[in-house]
Amino acid sequence: MTAFPHRHLLGIEELEPDQIGAILDTAQGLKEILDRPIKKVPTLRGRTVVNLFFEPSTRTRSSFEMAEKVLSADSLSIAASTSSVKKGETLIDTVRNLEAMSPDLIVIRHASAGAPHLLARRCRASIVNAGDGAHEHPTQALLDALTLRQRKGTLEGLRVAIVGDVLHSRVARSSAWLLRKMGAGVVLCAPPTLVPQGVEQIAPVVDRIEEAIEGADAVMMLRVQKERMTGGYFPSEREYHARYGLTAARLAGARKDVLIMHPGPLNRGVEIASEVADGPYSVILEQVTNGVAVRMAVLYLLLGGESP
Amino acid sequence: MSRTLLLVGGRVVDPGQGLDAARDVRIEKGVVTELGRRLSPGGATVVDVAGLVVCPGFVDLRARLREPGDEEKETVATGTRAAAAGGFAAVCAMPGTRPVNDDADATRALLERAQRAAAARVYPVGALSQGCRGEDLAEYGDLRDAGCVAVDDDERAPVGPRLMRRALEYARAFDLPVVGGGQDPELAAGAAMNEGPVATRLGLPGAPGAAEAIVAARDLALAELTGGRLHLARVSTAGVLEALRRARARGARVTAEVAAHHLVLTDEAVAALPYDTAARLDPPLRSEADRRALLKGLRDGTLDCVVSDHAPHTVDEKDLEFDAASPGASSLETAVAVCLDLVSRDALDLGRLVELLSSGPARAFGLPGGSLAKGSPGDVTVLDPGLRREVDPGRFLSKGRSSPLAGRTLTGWPVLTVVGGRVVFDGRR
Amino acid sequence: MVVRPKGFRERRQLMDRARVARTLTRMATELLEHHPSLAGLTFVGIRSRGVPLAKRLAQRVAELAGSAPLPVGALDITLYRDDLTMIALHPIMKGTDIPFSIDGAGVVLVDDVLFTGRTVRAALQELIDLGRPDRIELAVLVDRGHRELPIRADYVGKTVTTARDENVQVLLQELDGTDRVALLDRAPDAKPRVRSARKPGPRKPSAGGSARKTGRRTKAPRR
Repeated sequence: MTAFPHRHLLGIEELEPDQIGAILDTAQGLKEILDRPIKKVPTLRGRTVVNLFFEPSTRTRSSFEMAEKVLSADSLSIAASTSSVKKGETLIDTVRNLEAMSPDLIVIRHASAGAPHLLARRCRASIVNAGDGAHEHPTQALLDALTLRQRKGTLEGLRVAIVGDVLHSRVARSSAWLLRKMGAGVVLCAPPTLVPQGVEQIAPVVDRIEEAIEGADAVMMLRVQKERMTGGYFPSEREYHARYGLTAARLAGARKDVLIMHPGPLNRGVEIASEVADGPYSVILEQVTNGVAVRMAVLYLLLGGESP
Repeated sequence: MSRTLLLVGGRVVDPGQGLDAARDVRIEKGVVTELGRRLSPGGATVVDVAGLVVCPGFVDLRARLREPGDEEKETVATGTRAAAAGGFAAVCAMPGTRPVNDDADATRALLERAQRAAAARVYPVGALSQGCRGEDLAEYGDLRDAGCVAVDDDERAPVGPRLMRRALEYARAFDLPVVGGGQDPELAAGAAMNEGPVATRLGLPGAPGAAEAIVAARDLALAELTGGRLHLARVSTAGVLEALRRARARGARVTAEVAAHHLVLTDEAVAALPYDTAARLDPPLRSEADRRALLKGLRDGTLDCVVSDHAPHTVDEKDLEFDAASPGASSLETAVAVCLDLVSRDALDLGRLVELLSSGPARAFGLPGGSLAKGSPGDVTVLDPGLRREVDPGRFLSKGRSSPLAGRTLTGWPVLTVVGGRVVFDGRR
Repeated sequence: MVVRPKGFRERRQLMDRARVARTLTRMATELLEHHPSLAGLTFVGIRSRGVPLAKRLAQRVAELAGSAPLPVGALDITLYRDDLTMIALHPIMKGTDIPFSIDGAGVVLVDDVLFTGRTVRAALQELIDLGRPDRIELAVLVDRGHRELPIRADYVGKTVTTARDENVQVLLQELDGTDRVALLDRAPDAKPRVRSARKPGPRKPSAGGSARKTGRRTKAPRR
């Protein structure tokens, strides 16, 4: 039975709930490998995976690298800066050069929404989207969902608040779609300048953080990038933190067993108060282990069933 | 080869003459000399157009021939061949070439090139500002004398308000239409498509329709202020139509155009084959509400003409991430078919279509043609309104192969084009 | 409810419920003879049908010896197969669950049918990755021959001579609602089971029973 009948993982939006469930269940099953003395299984031996990161990232890239190594795939990471692309080599050219190595799968992170889709149309390899512009970051949403599911037992019926710069956040989109498909309720919260037009079609929006976290089972805090301050979206960090920051005081209005999640890296004192980030509600470190498990699951489901 | 052409058996649709009837058309020495029934050939070359619709030769007010400077994208020869195949007897060549057409020499060079190589008539449009840099006025007097029919900074529009005012005032001396409109650069900065739910879903930066409304409102106010002739280019939003109606009601001398693809496509096209760069256009494809408003504007006369907005690019410029791809489509060979397809679906009246593609544009830029009355230039467009065919960019005569209509079946195609009594395209079955 | 793999029909029954029970008891007795002290003895069943068999075998051994229950674990060899296309495109993975250390233990690996030996090879590789057992023995309910690797079982319920393209179907109460072993062969009008080139897209679910152990693999195994 094919649990995951896709060649690529480009986003959450096009997935069915049972396919999402298959990834989460597989990730759950693979977790025990990370507890073994020998953290290696031979499943993807002989397969080549290329990590093509056009945006800097230590966290996501090393998570993919670890997943690839545990599954015994040959892993190659290329940190292609977008400026070298501007020097004349297009995305397609860069990938063509890679094709000489016959990669079975390419993990791509790029600043342009739709870059993975372009590759999927043009390359023979399977493509995994590790973040494309403000569009999607499917593995991040999946690992957050796995963490939530582990802690709460199920995703169905949960109430999750996603707070922060929704306009520019691929994590917000992927997570909102995923949670809704799995039967959770999602509410978005952002200052009006950071709410994209028409986002109500994805999830409802409130503009006060107190309202968003009231009764929430989990709060996902999005990063606020400093450039947004200079881009005129918001007057100052101080005001952002005062109005939209997750402080211990605000957290008191949430449920006692609320989970705090953050895709990292943290802007302490801006979107999240330090004591909250390090406090008992936080699952931020659990998300790292689940990240490797989810990425292993994705690689396995995309590559594990076929002969090279 | 006879210098007289006789088109027999067709249905002549010429709203300017109030004509929609079976007529033969005789063209002698490049001029229409007779319309009648069962005309005798008398040595003319006879062309059988039975079952087809015969109209005044269509005129495209906005096509980029890319020559000089970007010949790998298009040339006068290939562009005009594409125009002829698309049913256009004449095209207005945009000035944003390299070098820019901002003086008499460049205009004359273009006309010479057209004389040698063009399959359709070429009317040069001169730059609104020198080098299209938006700083100083170009030499409108010289441009007019050399043959320019309008001034426009085209893809580099809009210019600032002060220069736009000067342009409208100065052009009055030469009775030149000044082309205005565009997207406000601050609001549209970094945008790759229309701002809205589709852009949000796709995670692409978008520009609001307000960016266009702001510039149009400004230019309309300036047209009223100066009494100049304004032509609003590439209207794509509902908001502009309202302002247009009000300005006209107050006596402003303004004409307006819409690009054919905005009549049938919306921003959903970007999501259809996700991030298909063929759907990267400027102005971007808009909402369904905008599209319907544009159709209404065509029907009620708010919009005067339909243009192709032909913007050919090389494969390299399109085979990129969506936000890096050059905006524009190769549209000379689809614009007329798009309009005929609307007619086939009862969204547009055939007579109105003919006006929008012939007399409308001719009047907007003061061009000859747009009529088949005796004495008119011998430019004819012949249509087969029942022909169903799939848009196949692989078979375009244009060098540009990117089209958001690729694979779509359209009903109604141009099948014969005549320029000055010469058949320049014959696609009859 | 007996589900037969597509294209097969029953040729004859090999074991009924009573026979299965007697066979397991006999195997348990043999095991006990080789392990008079049960010290360090553990059972690991290969998913899926090796697991209930391992549980039953462990239980019989403990009953016969009058000892405390013996540890039983489940091994999922999905990630270790040398040619995953033998099963469905995406075998449903339930995961390995061995909640005790196998270091220094005597592991009895249990499976329902021993055929080419590739499943056992994968299981051995995984066990060795998981820990350092002192020794590993193999117990199977049916040995149907046609080994492709030098693997043999220490405890065999029944040896059956089969043709390569026949199928030995093992049904167990815990998973299938009944205990039964049958020999199946190809229905006369069934098309020969030739593996075509893998096409992307969903495949039909694999049939019940030990269907995966049938048929000649025409695709070359992965290295």
